Amino acid sequence: MKQRAPLIGGIAAIAATFVVFVIPFLFIVLMAFKDRPQSALRDFSWPTGFHLWDNVVEVIQTRNWMMITAFINSTIITVVSVTLLVILAAMVGFILARRKTRWNPLIEFLILAGLMVPPAVVPTIWVLQGLKLFGTLHGMILIEVAYNLPFSIILYRAFIATIPKDMDEAAVIDGARPLDVFFRIILPMLWPVTVTNIVVQSVGIFNDFTNPLYYLPGNANATVQLTLFNFQSQFSTAYNLLFTNILLITIPPLIVFLFFNRQIVAGMTAGAVKG
Amino acid sequence: MANVSGAQDRAGRARKRSAYPGWFYLPAAIIYAALFLAPTFASLYFSLTRWTLFDSVFIGFDNFAQFFREPFLVQGLLNTLTYALISSGLKVVLGMALAIMLTSQIVARGYLRSVIFFPVLVSTVGVGITFTVLMHPTQGMINETLAMLGIAGPGWLVDPKLALISVALVDVWKGVGLATVIYIAGVVAIPKDYYEAARIDGATKWQNFLYVTLPLMRPATATVITLSFIGGLRTFDLIWAMTKGGPGFASDTIASVIYKQYQAGFYGLSTAGNVVLFILIAVLVVPLTMLLNRKQGHE
Repeated sequence: MKQRAPLIGGIAAIAATFVVFVIPFLFIVLMAFKDRPQSALRDFSWPTGFHLWDNVVEVIQTRNWMMITAFINSTIITVVSVTLLVILAAMVGFILARRKTRWNPLIEFLILAGLMVPPAVVPTIWVLQGLKLFGTLHGMILIEVAYNLPFSIILYRAFIATIPKDMDEAAVIDGARPLDVFFRIILPMLWPVTVTNIVVQSVGIFNDFTNPLYYLPGNANATVQLTLFNFQSQFSTAYNLLFTNILLITIPPLIVFLFFNRQIVAGMTAGAVKG
Repeated sequence: MANVSGAQDRAGRARKRSAYPGWFYLPAAIIYAALFLAPTFASLYFSLTRWTLFDSVFIGFDNFAQFFREPFLVQGLLNTLTYALISSGLKVVLGMALAIMLTSQIVARGYLRSVIFFPVLVSTVGVGITFTVLMHPTQGMINETLAMLGIAGPGWLVDPKLALISVALVDVWKGVGLATVIYIAGVVAIPKDYYEAARIDGATKWQNFLYVTLPLMRPATATVITLSFIGGLRTFDLIWAMTKGGPGFASDTIASVIYKQYQAGFYGLSTAGNVVLFILIAVLVVPLTMLLNRKQGHE
């Protein structure tokens, strides 16, 4: 009996998660394989023919290859902002954990405020316009950095506190300057948190819909999430293309997931419960 | 003079010796101050003006008065609270249950963890569109399946009483994996000794959960509640992808109202909405966090 209970529970759990979690994804995949008339039925039927490739080609070519532009834009925004986030947040986390001054409480308050306070959208647009950065990729990158810094800093600070101070002191005695200490000694040791940061932030920024909607208007600057939204209104009946689009933009997060599955869970748990 | 230069010298040497220069804060601080702090402080002023982005006229609290005079805006406020409570409440309960299940001796643990976590990584808008199709009152798969079982499914997204709850349920579907992961970390961190002691005292499974697991998962619960409650209060993309605040204004939240006012060109009013959301989060989340993180006796 004791042996069988977990097995029965497991089978029940597999069945339940299959219905709740797997079927919606299968639905997306099946829809992407269908032709337009069959997809219009919006049912869970088997595709009558293999139309995935035709759908992909059509989605990519729509609106002057907007999908390609969007993928390039989203990739640039994601890669550059995550790189900046990792370096800048690690620098702040490093000094914040090591150097105790009377400013520390204020800095920590500002970081926590950044996690809670919703960004003031229109004043931010006004500032971006003043800096001539509104509607540019540069501006979008800086926005993503500003909004996601607090979370990255908190992850780093908790981890840096566990690295012994002797490491940096030894390097200083050997004549290393602050930048050497940071880039050659500290940053490499932070790799586990850096992986977490890369995964969490890149998925978040790639999937961001709200901020590009506000700060990056115009078709030339479309990001992948916005193409999805345009498709929905333009092809309100072409469900095969809509779902092919969903499938296409899910591929990058899927790759991240397959590569980092274990680290995501491990790193997230290390940071989340401590912080 | 000698004294001054001596002091400078000493300060110079001290600075050279420190491996922790203050200027490491600078790049992050400039970006954060320019694009987050400054606009936030500016919003406190602009919410009191009639504003066209080029020109602003000070009008005092008229925007706020208008905000609270419009019935649909007040409903948006209530909707925001309802949404945040439903989604974070369910994430706590389901996340905890799933975490306890996934840390027990269950078959296919790896599969179950992956399947539950994967939606966290998928685009919110994509999830929203998919569930909009699945929740269609007559052609959606959910109601067709219910019909086969002889149940008349409700109009998930077209019934004004239900639309907001339906979107909140999809939010739970997407976000419960993150709550589960945080709870798994909480469960794994509980020392085995407590269960040994409980077993010697003859505790049942239920008592084990109630007196050992639940109190010791408090830090994880605090994290899950804070994260999902703030997320719920700020929610926009899922609402926009699924209902656009409709039918009517039945599922409008403050964030979607802010966007609608912005689109219509009412920048002052939109910013006032932002300040309302800001105050709402401060008033609700700060005491909540303090309550949740209150140190317990034995810690």
